[in-house]
Amino acid sequence: MRNRNATAYRFLTPYLLIFAIFWVWPIISSFIISFQATRTVPWRFAPSFNWGRLIGDPAFFNALKNTLLILVIQVPVMIALAMVMAVLLNSPLLKARGLYRFAFFAPVVVGEVAYSAVFRLMFSLDFGIVNKLLNSIGLPKIDWFSNVTPAMALIMIAVTWRWAGYNAIILLAGMQSIPEDVYEAATLDRVSKLKQFFYITLPLLKPVIVFCLVLSIIGTMQLFTEPFLITERGGPGGGTETLGLLLYRQGFRSLNFGYASAVAYTMAGLAIAITLLQLWLTREKQ
Amino acid sequence: MSSLSSARLRRSIALHLFLTPLALIWLFPLWMMVVFSTMPDNGIFSPGIELLPHGNFVDNFNNLQRDTNFVGAIGISVSVAVTYTFLSVLLTSMAGWALARYQFFGKGVVVAIIFGTITLPYAVVLIPQFIMVARDFQLANTWVALIVPPLFNSLGVLFMRQSFSMMPDDLFDAARVEGVKEWRIFVFVALPLARPMLAALAIILFLASWNNYLWPLLINSQPGAMTAPVALGTLIGLTKVSWGGIMAGAVMLTVPMLIVFVLLQRHFIAGIAAGAVK
Repeated sequence: MRNRNATAYRFLTPYLLIFAIFWVWPIISSFIISFQATRTVPWRFAPSFNWGRLIGDPAFFNALKNTLLILVIQVPVMIALAMVMAVLLNSPLLKARGLYRFAFFAPVVVGEVAYSAVFRLMFSLDFGIVNKLLNSIGLPKIDWFSNVTPAMALIMIAVTWRWAGYNAIILLAGMQSIPEDVYEAATLDRVSKLKQFFYITLPLLKPVIVFCLVLSIIGTMQLFTEPFLITERGGPGGGTETLGLLLYRQGFRSLNFGYASAVAYTMAGLAIAITLLQLWLTREKQ
Repeated sequence: MSSLSSARLRRSIALHLFLTPLALIWLFPLWMMVVFSTMPDNGIFSPGIELLPHGNFVDNFNNLQRDTNFVGAIGISVSVAVTYTFLSVLLTSMAGWALARYQFFGKGVVVAIIFGTITLPYAVVLIPQFIMVARDFQLANTWVALIVPPLFNSLGVLFMRQSFSMMPDDLFDAARVEGVKEWRIFVFVALPLARPMLAALAIILFLASWNNYLWPLLINSQPGAMTAPVALGTLIGLTKVSWGGIMAGAVMLTVPMLIVFVLLQRHFIAGIAAGAVK
């Protein structure tokens, strides 16, 4: 390492400029805007204008409730599924590994719009392939779009399909970095595969699992496209409205930047809490 | 020995019996995307179960082109993704190089700000970015608006910093002894060595730009300035629209990426897994 201020900053400045203008400053600016009344010209400082409205706004609590509900159900299910995928893809007994990997990892490259369109079509009431298949095995059709519970389930199914393989890739990479001889020693001592998983793989993988959880929570917290496109702007009747969608409606439909910034900072607050929790969970034991 | 191998065989069969249906379920939406894109609209909305492709893709594509200028939008998406990927790889590898190889005033602060804000949700900067680009700079519906603001992404910086710091010092010191300038060392020694990492980074950045939806939706909302996902998104939910056409568009957005994924799987997976090894 060499101490060279001029050289270092010549390499760093182009990126730092963009980073400062489009990331650091907006983080500060958004915080300031959340304390301003933005539908008057000029904007005026009114500390409780947006935040006061937020804590009394049923639409906010509805969006918060829906977002947390999706978080609490979808994220653990998806991570568990990703874990199953990763363990099984890692098995030496598996043939045609490439095909299975393709099946689970392919959704990672599919864009939100493309897959939202397909899911919308697949789950439509009368002509959706899913209801046709349910019908053909004697189960009743489900009206995925007109009732809140199936609509929420649909969002969770869609997000899980899209992101389980992504998490499986990260978990698989983590598993493959565990040294082989740990397992060899355990096998020599006649420790069963199941016990090896619970007593070797899981503990050693804990930081990676926590990382996946944090990544997924922060991603799901900002959920926007799926309720925007699949359940048609958070329908039925706000039943799948998320914080991301509320921010979009307030910020870009009603052009209420102050209130939307308060919603955004609520998400930031949740993200900070989750990150601190991660640091605490993966802290080095003394 | 034979009892051991027959136990292995039973385990192997059980594994495949479980994993195959799961894999088929996972492939099903992609398969149906292709099937729908080849079916006439009245076929998609008919009571029968159709699981095999038909021959209607071209008609569907023409319907899509009638509903929105999808070819133009694809052109914008490709140009933006290529430019963004090039610029982002350049900026983040330069920054990663500086952070990995030099000691300089303020380094601790820079690293702390990058790390400290990396888990903040993107939603936080959305509104100031929009106000800045649309109102202050008057750049809505331009290519600059699509390409420049997303360049803030700092994951690439951390990834390249990691890559460069793992390279041995003597490699660069040898060149310095010869009196080679720092930027030449970066371009002609460090970058070629980092080729696999640059490939992984480029693929991930290209994909992110290609699929980006929320920012282009907000900032480039005029029909002639839309990216392909945004143009396609405007059709979803319309009552008089060709769903076969929408599916043809979805296939055109997805299949090229799937091909790239199959061809460059190793780089792809390296790029995604790299997010975990900070």
